[in-house]
Amino acid sequence: MEDIEHIGKKIQLVDGNGRRLDGRALDELRPIKIEAGVLKRADGSAYVEWGGNRVLAAVYGPREAHPRHLQHPSRALVQCRYNMAPFSVSDRKRPGPDRRSVEISKVTSEAFSAVVFTEQFPRTSVDIFIEVLQADAGTRCAGITAASVALADAGIPMRDLVVSCASGKIAGQVALDLDKEEDNFGDADCPMAIVPRTGEVVLLQMDGHLTEDEFDRAMKFSMKAGMQIYELQKDALRRRYAVRALAEEPADTGVTQ
Amino acid sequence: MDSSAPPKRQLVVPGDLIETQGLKPGEGTYTEGGKVYASQLGIRAEHEGYVDVIPFGGRYIPRPDDEVVGQVVDIGPSHWLIDIASPYPAPLHATESPWRVEFGETSRFLDVGDAVIVKVFNVDETKRVQVTMREQGLHRLTGGQIVEISHSKVPRIIGKGGSMISMIKQYTKTQAFVGQNGRVWIDGEVGDIVNAVRAIHMIDEHAQALGLTEAVQAFLEGIYGKRGA
Amino acid sequence: MSNEVIAELMREHIVKLVQSGRRGDGRGLEETRKLTIEKNYISTAEGSARVKLGDTDVLVGVKISTGTPYPDTPNSGVLTTSVELIPMASPTFESGPPRPEAIELARVVDRGIRETKTVDMEKLVITPGVKVWVLFIDIHALDYDGNLFDAASYGTLAALSCAKLPGKMTGGADQPLPVDHWPVSVTAAKIRDKIVFDPQLEEERIADARLTVATDENGDIRAMQKGLSGSFSYDEVRYVISTARRLGNGVRGIIKA
Repeated sequence: MEDIEHIGKKIQLVDGNGRRLDGRALDELRPIKIEAGVLKRADGSAYVEWGGNRVLAAVYGPREAHPRHLQHPSRALVQCRYNMAPFSVSDRKRPGPDRRSVEISKVTSEAFSAVVFTEQFPRTSVDIFIEVLQADAGTRCAGITAASVALADAGIPMRDLVVSCASGKIAGQVALDLDKEEDNFGDADCPMAIVPRTGEVVLLQMDGHLTEDEFDRAMKFSMKAGMQIYELQKDALRRRYAVRALAEEPADTGVTQ
Repeated sequence: MDSSAPPKRQLVVPGDLIETQGLKPGEGTYTEGGKVYASQLGIRAEHEGYVDVIPFGGRYIPRPDDEVVGQVVDIGPSHWLIDIASPYPAPLHATESPWRVEFGETSRFLDVGDAVIVKVFNVDETKRVQVTMREQGLHRLTGGQIVEISHSKVPRIIGKGGSMISMIKQYTKTQAFVGQNGRVWIDGEVGDIVNAVRAIHMIDEHAQALGLTEAVQAFLEGIYGKRGA
Repeated sequence: MSNEVIAELMREHIVKLVQSGRRGDGRGLEETRKLTIEKNYISTAEGSARVKLGDTDVLVGVKISTGTPYPDTPNSGVLTTSVELIPMASPTFESGPPRPEAIELARVVDRGIRETKTVDMEKLVITPGVKVWVLFIDIHALDYDGNLFDAASYGTLAALSCAKLPGKMTGGADQPLPVDHWPVSVTAAKIRDKIVFDPQLEEERIADARLTVATDENGDIRAMQKGLSGSFSYDEVRYVISTARRLGNGVRGIIKA
C-alpha cells in the first residue's frame, strides 16, 4: 500500500514560501470544472471535476416516494444517495453502501432539505444521486456542488443553489481545500455547505484540532471560495441553456389545435 | 433604451434577485424580505402585470381544466389509474368515463397500456389529482405515436392561436393532439409521423434566437415542398 | 428493474416503423449508434474506459492488485466481474443488491473475457500457488438508453487493453496487462419478424427476443447469449451471427485505437 512509502519520511506539507505540495497557496482552490445536463434519463444532472475528484450527480423528481411508508402528507422528501464507485480509490472499494457513505448521504439530504421548496410537492420524493467516479479528498463537497447544479437542471424549485467547500489545517496552518495527501497527514478538516445569498450554513462537519481563531479563519477561506464556486455553478447552468433560451414571446396557452 | 431595466429575456438561476419594476411576483419566483427571487432555472418574463420565471425543466404540475395525454398503468374494480407525467398517477373513476361500467368490469373498457386524452377536473390542497373522460374531445387513443417533450415548451409547440401545430399537421398530413403535460400524440402515415416528430423535437431543443417558426417551416418545406392553399 | 408500462400504441408504432425498415432515431435495421470510447478515464484505476453507445453511457474500471490464488487453481490469476446498475442511470434501477439483470450482464461479460482467454489467467501468476495478480472489473452503468450488453463489453475490453500491472506490487516496473484476443459482442433484438441491431431503449422494451453474439479477430464465434422469452429461427440465428461478425469488425477498430 502506498502509505507505507511515507512512514518514516517527513513530508513537508507547506514549504517556507507558503506553497503546498501541488504548488498552491494556503487560500487557493484546486482547479474546478462544472458541466450541467450531462445525462439523458435523469431529470437533471451535473458533472464536476475538482482537483483529482470526478463526481457525477443526478436528480429524479419530484416523483412517487419510495418506500411508500416514508412519504410525508404535506411535503416532498429530499433523499440523497452518495456512493463511491469501486475503482474511485486506490484500494478497491467493495460495491454497496458503507457506513461513511450512509452518513454523507444523510447530511447531504439534510443540507438540500433546507433550500428545496418541499411544500410544493406533498407525498413525493426528490431523489439525488451522487456518484464518486474518482476520489481525491473533498468528495462530499464536490458532490454537493454537483448536486445543486443537477437540482437546478431538473427544475426543482429552490431558494438558492447550495455551494460546498472544505478548509482544514496542515503543518499548523489553516488551508483551503485539502487534497488527499493533506487530508491524510493534516491536523484538521472542516467541510461545510452554505446558501450563497444568505450565508446560512446547511452542512458543517469537522474532525481534528482547531482553535476558535483557526476555525474562524477556515470558515472565512471556505466562504470566500464558496462564492467563487457559486459563479462556476451559475456559469455551467447558463452555458447549458443559453442556446435554448426562448427569444420570442411565449404564445398563448390555448388548446386551439 | 433605459439601461437600468433588466433585459427582457434574462436567464436566471434559483436565488437570483428579480427586478420587478412594480409588477407582481408570479410563477417560478418567491418572496423574502420584501424582495423577489427566482426559484427555478429559466427565463424572466412578464405578462398581465406579473413577472414570472418560465422554467426550462421541472415536472408537469396538473391544473384544473388541463387536457392531457395519459396512459393507464393500473386498474381497480371501479377506477383506472392514469399516468399523466406528474409525480403520482391520477385516478379516473368509472363514473367519470363515457361508459356505463359495472363494478369489476373496468378492464372491458380500458386496459393497462391504453393511451387516453383526459381532462384534469380536480386538484385538492394536498395536490391529489382526479381526471375525467366524460367531456367532448376526451377519448381513448389508438394508432399513432406519443412523443414526450418538456411541458414548458407546450405553448411553443401549439403556437399563437395554434399556428405552429397547424403548420406541422398541414405539411405532414397528420392528426395531432398536444397535451398540456408535454405529451404529443401524432397519427398518420409512418413516414409523415417521423417528420412531424422531428419538427416537434426541433422546437423542444432549439427554441433559439429568432426565426424558430421560419426554421421549422423551412425544414418541412424541404421535405414536402411549398404547401398549397 | 421495476416494470414501466409501455403504451400499447407505442409498441404498435415501433413495430410498424421497423416493418417499414426504419427506426425511431432514423437508423436502418442493421445500423449501430455512434460509439465513442475514452480510455484511461479514471486515474485511480489500473485500467479504465468510458463508453458512449448512442446515449447509453458506461464506465468500466479495472483494479489490479496481488493476492493468493484460489486453492483449486494455483496456477491462475483471479478475475471477478461485477456490474452496478446505479439508480441514476434509469428510473427503473433501484439501489440495493444486484438484481438478476445485473448478475446476468456481469456473468456474460466475465465469460466473454475468461472463456475466450482474452486475458489468459495463467499468465497472471507471480509465484504459483502463492501469489497471483487479482483483477476486479467493475462496470458502472451511468445512463441507460438500451443495449447495456454491448456497451459494457466494449468498455471492459477497452479498459483491459490499456490496463497496467502495477510494478510497485512486485518491485518492478509497470507492465501492460497482456490481452491476447479481441472478442467483440453485437446485440440484436427481434421485433415480431424483423431483427434490429444495437437496440435502443424503446426497442429493447418491446422486443420479443434478444441475441448477443461475440466474434473475434479471426471471425470465429466466441460467445452467445439469448435473452427474453421469444425465439429465433435457425436462419435468423445465422443471420445475426454473420451481421455481428461484420459489425464487430468495425467496433474492434474503435476499441483497439
